[in-house]
Amino acid sequence: MKERSSYADMQVNPCKMCMPMGASLAFLGIAGSMAIIHGSQGCSTYIRRHIAGHFNEPVDIASSSLTEEGTVYGGARNLKAGVLNLTQLYQPRVIGILTSCLAETIGDDVRRFAKEIRLEHPELVADLIPVPTPGYGGSQTEGYYAALRGIVAHYNPPEADSWKRSRNPRRVNLVASSATCADLRELKEILDSFGLEGVLLPDYSDALDAPFGEPYEKLNPYGTTVEEVQGMKVAAATVELGVLVEESLSPGMYLYEQHGVPLYRIPLPVGLECTDRLLEVLGDIAGMETPLKYKMQRGRLLDAMIDSHKHNGLGRAAVFGDMELAYGLTRLCAENGIKPLVAATGTANQQFSLYMGKLLEEEGLEGEVLQDTDFEVIRERILDRGVNVMVGNSDGKFIWEQDGIDLVRVGFPIHDHVGGQRQRIFGYAGAMELLDRIANTLLDQKHRHYRKTMLETYHAKEAVES
Amino acid sequence: METASVVIKERERSVHKNGMGQASAIECDTSSVSGVVSQRACVYCGARVVLNPVTDAAHIVHGPIGCAAYTWDIRGSLSSKEELYRNSFSTDLREEDIVFGGEMKLAAAIDGIVEKHSPKAVFVYSTCVVGVIGDDVEAVCRMAEKKHDIPVLPVNSPGFSGNKKDGYKAACNTMLRLMGETAAPAKAGGGDRPRLNFLGDFNLAAEAWIIKGYLEELGIQVVTCITGDATVQGLRDATRADLNIVQCAGSMTYLAKRMEERYGIPYTGVRFLGLSDTIASLEKIVGLLGDAGMEERLERLVARHKGPVEEALGEYRPRLEGKRAALYVGGGFKATSLIAQFGELGIETVLVGTQTGSREEYEHFKTITGEGTVILDDTNPSELEHFIRETGAEILVGGVKERPLAYKLGLAFVDHNHERKHPLAGFEGALNLAKEIDGTVNSPVWRHVKKEVAR
Repeated sequence: MKERSSYADMQVNPCKMCMPMGASLAFLGIAGSMAIIHGSQGCSTYIRRHIAGHFNEPVDIASSSLTEEGTVYGGARNLKAGVLNLTQLYQPRVIGILTSCLAETIGDDVRRFAKEIRLEHPELVADLIPVPTPGYGGSQTEGYYAALRGIVAHYNPPEADSWKRSRNPRRVNLVASSATCADLRELKEILDSFGLEGVLLPDYSDALDAPFGEPYEKLNPYGTTVEEVQGMKVAAATVELGVLVEESLSPGMYLYEQHGVPLYRIPLPVGLECTDRLLEVLGDIAGMETPLKYKMQRGRLLDAMIDSHKHNGLGRAAVFGDMELAYGLTRLCAENGIKPLVAATGTANQQFSLYMGKLLEEEGLEGEVLQDTDFEVIRERILDRGVNVMVGNSDGKFIWEQDGIDLVRVGFPIHDHVGGQRQRIFGYAGAMELLDRIANTLLDQKHRHYRKTMLETYHAKEAVES
Repeated sequence: METASVVIKERERSVHKNGMGQASAIECDTSSVSGVVSQRACVYCGARVVLNPVTDAAHIVHGPIGCAAYTWDIRGSLSSKEELYRNSFSTDLREEDIVFGGEMKLAAAIDGIVEKHSPKAVFVYSTCVVGVIGDDVEAVCRMAEKKHDIPVLPVNSPGFSGNKKDGYKAACNTMLRLMGETAAPAKAGGGDRPRLNFLGDFNLAAEAWIIKGYLEELGIQVVTCITGDATVQGLRDATRADLNIVQCAGSMTYLAKRMEERYGIPYTGVRFLGLSDTIASLEKIVGLLGDAGMEERLERLVARHKGPVEEALGEYRPRLEGKRAALYVGGGFKATSLIAQFGELGIETVLVGTQTGSREEYEHFKTITGEGTVILDDTNPSELEHFIRETGAEILVGGVKERPLAYKLGLAFVDHNHERKHPLAGFEGALNLAKEIDGTVNSPVWRHVKKEVAR
């Protein structure tokens, strides 16, 4: 096989998804909201299938079902009819209007369409939030932040003198990213423990991990409420989890620039040090020390790190997936002696390379950092470097199947195992659970072949020599 | 007919209740209605699911990344040799390509793939934006074909250019180009066994291999299966056969008709789902191709399988009898067979719908289901939820998107989707289906769930 050095012309087995995917996920975390993707029927169906397969929950996302006619003459009619139809069926409070590659290419202006719908249908009660998300404009990560920023901007429009307003000293905006439902619950618990009035954005922890027994409602009643989003501008601070995405997409940066809300941008709380950082920041805002509960959890995590450090020392890892998560997972590996030999994301982002490069340099590690890459290249590097454990989403299953390298499934999507939505990664407790999974994978590798390997390596040799 | 408020006006004619006095035919094969959350995908999806199982071809998705990302290795189609088709190649068009065009990128991608993977052919799928920015995919393919001396063929599948069914047709047109205007020259050897092509089986969980096994036992040579475990050469050889048998009618009737026109190969419909349909299909084929010897072999084959499967099914029947099922599947042939299979197990079909069924298929449903059975074309979650509750269905048959809805409503679920990992065709499949239904509908979890609902 010839090695492919340039990825300028194509992607082979993508390690990224498209912008409307991320934006759809963001809207699923807003109570009473529905998204409609302005494009041909396939975009919304593929995205629904992808999200539903991971979370095992019904996921309804509408499409404007653009056809040939709409493509030639403009899709305003399709989109407007779609908004009215979905209103009849779902009666949402919020409608996210997302674009697709097609809508952007034919030059449809969804911001204008949204204004026109408002004027033409004054009876429509839903808030319309247009967010341009051309599939070719970036990956799911950019789409996710673009939607969050769109939602925040819609409910917190610029105002004169907004910097001078009085703030609620107990309120903190927490912007999450790459979170499982269990991670979102963990974040809420942390906020509560600091006695803070948190606005978690987005919050799909109940919508996409709904308990059985409640009457099923196809319009998601759970999540961050419109009122909560409206209150973000008077918060004492915004803590945004994620440091790599550009500032123009950051909802926290919007709140800072337009409303003077102080902003902390920190990495996802994955692993010891990144969780420390989150708790420090929240402690500063709340003006209190880390609650005893987390001191205990931290100690337990340290204990677990000691317990498994010798096993982890044998780990030669490849980490891949969403860029913010891949960065956090690489830090977790590094702080436990699991060598991150390959760290990769499909998203095109120079910051990823910079942050990763710095991390590896500080740790004295020689890992390979790949951004804007695909699974063909990741696979080549994995085989080159002798990786023995992959940490990433279930798109790594192709390599798992073909090359027999173990895969610890983390992130999105996880389609070939159940329970991806319930895994906890964030916080000390999440780090401990994940670390145990990685360590046990390495232990299994050793034990499964131990007797056979020893016998074949040493016993047979002796027999030949004698 | 009284329609529920969940059925919006434009969809009223696509929702029927059997025997409740609706005179008009069901409306189908139209574009999906905007905003109602159709379960269908797009033209590209239709083309991709039909053509992708061709194992030794490179399948390049010319477009932005999403289209390739969401369709990477999603079918359970198996290969007996090459694995190239399981890769998802994409030109990953970006902002600047949308402005300046993607032709150069496509040409370079084809060069790179040919150099590295030596495919037997390259298929280039057009996506929405390619249909708009005006890339001359045809010209790029022609040049690449000359350069590399292998077939490089466009698949005309921009997502917006119709519905999923138009994608099936686009895939068939590409295969017809590969097959050529006239039949391939006869090959020496091969014996005098009758030869047929098996159209519309995608070798999910080895289903095509199972049926091929039966046919070979009868003394029939299967030239190629279209497209399960198909190869580029196999598709070319398909032009010389005595008969085309067509299973997935929705996707393959068009191809069968063109092959009849071009190469004079007659075709007939078959369905290898369920005991009675499997036997009837084998009998039909033997009737068309066979002689006394083959009839005898068929008798022996049926005798060997029928008794044991019937006996095993008989054991399931008391556990399943009287249950009510809802079906929402891709095409009509599958629904037709499932209704029959359910009938044999004593399960009543109270709701049946498809994404891309034809008018004839819907009319046929009316004759094989009872009064009041809800019949839906291109339905959506709102309607499914409403009619599942209204009909009191206890089992839903569908795919990934339907599964969570079934579970939320407390229904058992049967996966009749292209990701399934156990065969549901032939004698083995008939038994597997009963096993699967029993495993889900009689699981102990529902006992606890019922208590929860009653609380």
